[in-house]
Amino acid sequence: MATTAATRAQRAKTQAQPEVTFPRKRIESAYLIMLLPVVLLFTLFITVPALVGLFYSFTNYQGYGNWKFIGLTNYRALFSDPRILSSYGFTLWFSLVTVIVVNVVALALAIGLNAKIKLKTTLRGVFFIPMVISGIVIAYVFNFLFSTSLPALATTLGITPLENSILTDSRFAWMAIVVVAAWQAVPGAVIIYLAGLLAIPSDVYEAAAIDGAGAWRQFRSITFPLVAGYVVINTILGIKGFLNVYDVIVGLTNGGPGTSTFSVAMTIFTGFTSGDYAYQMANAVIFFLVTVLISLLQLQLIRRRGVSL
Amino acid sequence: MATSLTPPGPAAMAAPAARRRRRRNEPDEGGRTNWVGTALLILCSLTVLIPLYFTVAMALKSAQQTASGTGFAWPWPMHFDNFAAAWSLTNFPRAFTISLLITVFTVAGLIFLSSAAAWAIARNWERPLFRWSYFYLLAAMFIPFPVIALPQIKFTSILHLSNPAGVTILHILFGLSFNVLLYSAFLRSIPYELEESARLDGATTWQTFWKLIFPLLAPMNATVGIFAFLQAWNDFMMPSLVTANPQLQTLPVIQNIFQSQFSSNFNVAFASYLMAMAPTVVAYLFAQRWVMTGVTRGAIKG
Repeated sequence: MATTAATRAQRAKTQAQPEVTFPRKRIESAYLIMLLPVVLLFTLFITVPALVGLFYSFTNYQGYGNWKFIGLTNYRALFSDPRILSSYGFTLWFSLVTVIVVNVVALALAIGLNAKIKLKTTLRGVFFIPMVISGIVIAYVFNFLFSTSLPALATTLGITPLENSILTDSRFAWMAIVVVAAWQAVPGAVIIYLAGLLAIPSDVYEAAAIDGAGAWRQFRSITFPLVAGYVVINTILGIKGFLNVYDVIVGLTNGGPGTSTFSVAMTIFTGFTSGDYAYQMANAVIFFLVTVLISLLQLQLIRRRGVSL
Repeated sequence: MATSLTPPGPAAMAAPAARRRRRRNEPDEGGRTNWVGTALLILCSLTVLIPLYFTVAMALKSAQQTASGTGFAWPWPMHFDNFAAAWSLTNFPRAFTISLLITVFTVAGLIFLSSAAAWAIARNWERPLFRWSYFYLLAAMFIPFPVIALPQIKFTSILHLSNPAGVTILHILFGLSFNVLLYSAFLRSIPYELEESARLDGATTWQTFWKLIFPLLAPMNATVGIFAFLQAWNDFMMPSLVTANPQLQTLPVIQNIFQSQFSSNFNVAFASYLMAMAPTVVAYLFAQRWVMTGVTRGAIKG
């Protein structure tokens, strides 16, 4: 390290480039003080636990007491565990549906908020409120709405299918989770879409209108292609968040009814108490790989589309 | 997000360009008002307003008023004693203070540590140590909390950090990746000549950072601060798992007492939910414009 720095410094001096922007001496201690403690803490609290966890995933460690290596047994068991498989199924399905719902709603809202409307500031203000509310608290509120108010309302109005709480029906409970997760995530996506819409010059629309393009045609041929890059950003950010869904489920169903809405994160956390620490750690490793795989697939998608973020 | 993997890029240019375009768009506000759109948006805004109205209405009801009906009716007379009950049941002042401390230290820690680290990296980019540190920190964006939660929480308890201090440290470390990235993008738009002249005037590295760079980073500090505030204040997953003592829980986490012990009294629960929501909502309503610009800046850079 020191030698390379020294040779670099010499080279810089001898070549005497006119646009050398800073003197290449040895590394100043101030810079090291700014960087190294951060890197050190990071290693201690993130990298080390990650490696320790990976290590234990190859053992039969229960979270306490003795342990021994059992190779890939945990991993093999994971793939035939219905509880694990259903948690992945639920989490992936939930993420996919929610990201679609959020993008459709957010794009529609952003186009509306970007149009020549009255009360623009007030409406924007209202639509962004969900962003600042705690997920668990709003989930508790919706819990009561879904389990008590909605059935009561349905009974009064005579809508029989909704007379029972959707949270206790394993066929519909996931939809309630999608609704609340989307309620919270839409504002963030709207902000990104608004940034995208503002970047479209208005003369493009004027030209299209002169050529006789209607509102739908303008959306399909101008707006959508021009915000496609932002759709990709929102999809990536959205899926990244939704895969780790936890707060909203704890507030609404706590995984139930049965285990129908148990997310992967919730399943991993059972490793704290159930004595299958190593097993859930193997689950966490697989979850990490799934997350990375999905991210890489999405990055591939960006490259192919040639979207510049 | 992808741009950032190749640091010296044009990402920083996007913001001024967008601003210029926006200015050009402003004059056509004079056109025809879209009344249908306005009506539709007002209708849609009910999806946000109804749950909030419902929370307020429930918080002001007595148990008898709740027993009949759906809970949507406005209570008359209003009952404010629910708030007093919720205040003492959750020990509101204590939970509020703990949330506030976690949030303040997370915001301050993230702003200082990530801006200093990003600047050190940017000014020493040609040195492998700094370059690799950047990629090392960035790689963690792929590691969500649930993946390392098990060993991490064991580790924090070994270090006697199963408390709000531990929660703060983890919030900072998990926010670091994204914020170093944001600062790095922003630093590229600050001309180096400024620093050079400060150096010629005899400023040390620290002085250059504090007196020149840090003030110039103000817009990004606001963005990072807003994101860190919302994350630290509203989070449930991390404090609920890290903090061992229920007496030291944050305001959102403490709401879970109404799911078990006091499940019979919904009105007190809703009064408590309202008190948990109010601080951020009120702060947001007052600083709306500032929050919106800050968040948009983060969205564009991200």
